[in-house]
Amino acid sequence: MTSSPTLSRRAVSSKAPLPRKSRQRAADARAGYTFLLPWLLGFIALTVGPMISSLYLSFTNYNLFEAPKWIGFDNYATLFQDERFLQSVGVTVGYVVFGTPLKLAAALAVAMLLNSKRKGQGFYRSAFYAPSLVGASVSIAIVWKAMFGDSGPVDQGLSFFGINLGGWVGNPSMTMPMFILLTVWQFGAPMVIFLAGLKQIPADLYEAASMDGAGPVRKFFNITWPMLSPVIFFNLLMETIHAFQIFNSAYIISNGEGGPAGSTLFYTLYLYLRGFSDFRMGYASAMAWLLLIVVGILTLIIFRTSKSWVHYSGDSK
Amino acid sequence: MTTMTTPTPSKSATPPPSVYNPKSESMGMKRTKSVAFHAVALILTAIVLYPGLWMIASSFKPNSEIGGANTSLWSANFSFDNFVTAMDGIGGVSTLTFFTNSLVLAVGAVVGTILSASISAYAFARINFPGRGLFFGMMIATLLLPFHVVIIPQYIIFQQLGLVDTYVPLLIGKFLAADAFFVFLMVQFMRGLPAELDEAARIDGAGHVRIFGSIMLPLMKPALISTSIFSFIWSWNDFLGPLLYLNTPEKYPLPLALRLFVDQTQSSDYGAMIAMSVLALLPVLVFFLVFQRYIVEGVSTQGLKG
Repeated sequence: MTSSPTLSRRAVSSKAPLPRKSRQRAADARAGYTFLLPWLLGFIALTVGPMISSLYLSFTNYNLFEAPKWIGFDNYATLFQDERFLQSVGVTVGYVVFGTPLKLAAALAVAMLLNSKRKGQGFYRSAFYAPSLVGASVSIAIVWKAMFGDSGPVDQGLSFFGINLGGWVGNPSMTMPMFILLTVWQFGAPMVIFLAGLKQIPADLYEAASMDGAGPVRKFFNITWPMLSPVIFFNLLMETIHAFQIFNSAYIISNGEGGPAGSTLFYTLYLYLRGFSDFRMGYASAMAWLLLIVVGILTLIIFRTSKSWVHYSGDSK
Repeated sequence: MTTMTTPTPSKSATPPPSVYNPKSESMGMKRTKSVAFHAVALILTAIVLYPGLWMIASSFKPNSEIGGANTSLWSANFSFDNFVTAMDGIGGVSTLTFFTNSLVLAVGAVVGTILSASISAYAFARINFPGRGLFFGMMIATLLLPFHVVIIPQYIIFQQLGLVDTYVPLLIGKFLAADAFFVFLMVQFMRGLPAELDEAARIDGAGHVRIFGSIMLPLMKPALISTSIFSFIWSWNDFLGPLLYLNTPEKYPLPLALRLFVDQTQSSDYGAMIAMSVLALLPVLVFFLVFQRYIVEGVSTQGLKG
């Protein structure tokens, strides 16, 4: 993403005499920075500045009312002895590791189902996408809590089939499946992106494979998966980063406490509680930086490994 | 996974439309397949839409029929009572006030985002200036940044400026193009517009302001519509921002009011709670029904999330 060879050169300047060219360049520079001003201001004031001060705060004790006190790596050291912190890591990792692949698998399966010319495709696409639009809202969290309430509709529905799970919301071992169902339910957003990717795969590849006698499984692994891999990569990256940041539903479903037995104490919820309920802003900043580092490393790993499984077709300009 | 082993890799850039090959399938087989497809798709639709339908149905039911064994969507005792209670609001503030607050915030977010993101995107996409590539890379990097890293210092800044409990912290980022997603979306869109347009305008003596205002903006309508829809809905659903910055119920937008409502009524009035949830989602649902084509297409071409 350095310089800009990809962007179209302006033909105007190439024919003009040199002084005019450099004058144009100066004018462009001025205009460029003027147009970029809102973003630049926001970037410095709302992103870079806060990032630096959050890094600084993570090495301090700060409660918003007294000046920050430098304590070196104490916050970080304390974190790893903080049982609630470790629990929040466990909860979040469990959610990301199980929720994200399941959601993507559902998205891909349904996208493949919908990727054929049939009536009603538009309707199904919209119906499946709808949950993604409202999934993180407080309303849906309330509905989820009510539906999955102990002896609520879901529980009752399951007991009709002779399944008794001992409740969801109040049962520490069932809260995670409940949250995973909530995220899988929102498979529509990655599904729509998968669908767009599937439409790009040339149909003659499948025809040729059929002629060679390839079955659906072979076609999937030899054509669909490699051709779709850039889109799978994009969805995996975005959904993973997204999943780490779950907050609204965790806050609402657990009444902002992370219960029962800490089973819904997601990382961001604990960060919020430390920072904005206990006013331990230095501690919460250390948590934020750890999250940044972990997400950064994960992004790097996904990018690195992508070379071995993401297939970019050579014929794209 | 390995790459393709298909013996005939395609050379054609434009694949033929994937129509059915009539030779390969009999009419009866086609019918069976079609019925199977719709059966599966409809069952899935029912599962996916059930929570929403349950919510709407419950909002019309008396409390006694909501909890427990009532998985049914039907009730013999439909009434609007829950909505009447829900409209009363909470803590002496009517729900209409919360609606107005949400609307102010959402419209502010749309206006701010459209203005700032389009201006910044024009600089990235159409003006050649030193440092552009670097800044563009940084902008993309913020897409991957967990926002929790910045919320604590941001809160401290706004607190020290005395701006807590105002809408400024919730809106200022929108006017400063802080949602990198929208900037990126518009940059991609503008790059797709033919370069001859601004070249011709330049020869005619138009400056960047004119080119942006009278050539780019009108052509960017699809991108502007996507951005408006999504920034409206995201702002409408936003919870963490208001939770951090607002403490007077008179200023609460709906999601925060909803939480207050839940906290204070708990399970005593389930019906009203769900009715208020429905009310809070209503604009999003209406938006979706009206613009669903734009929304779903916007996602597939721009990779937006929900």
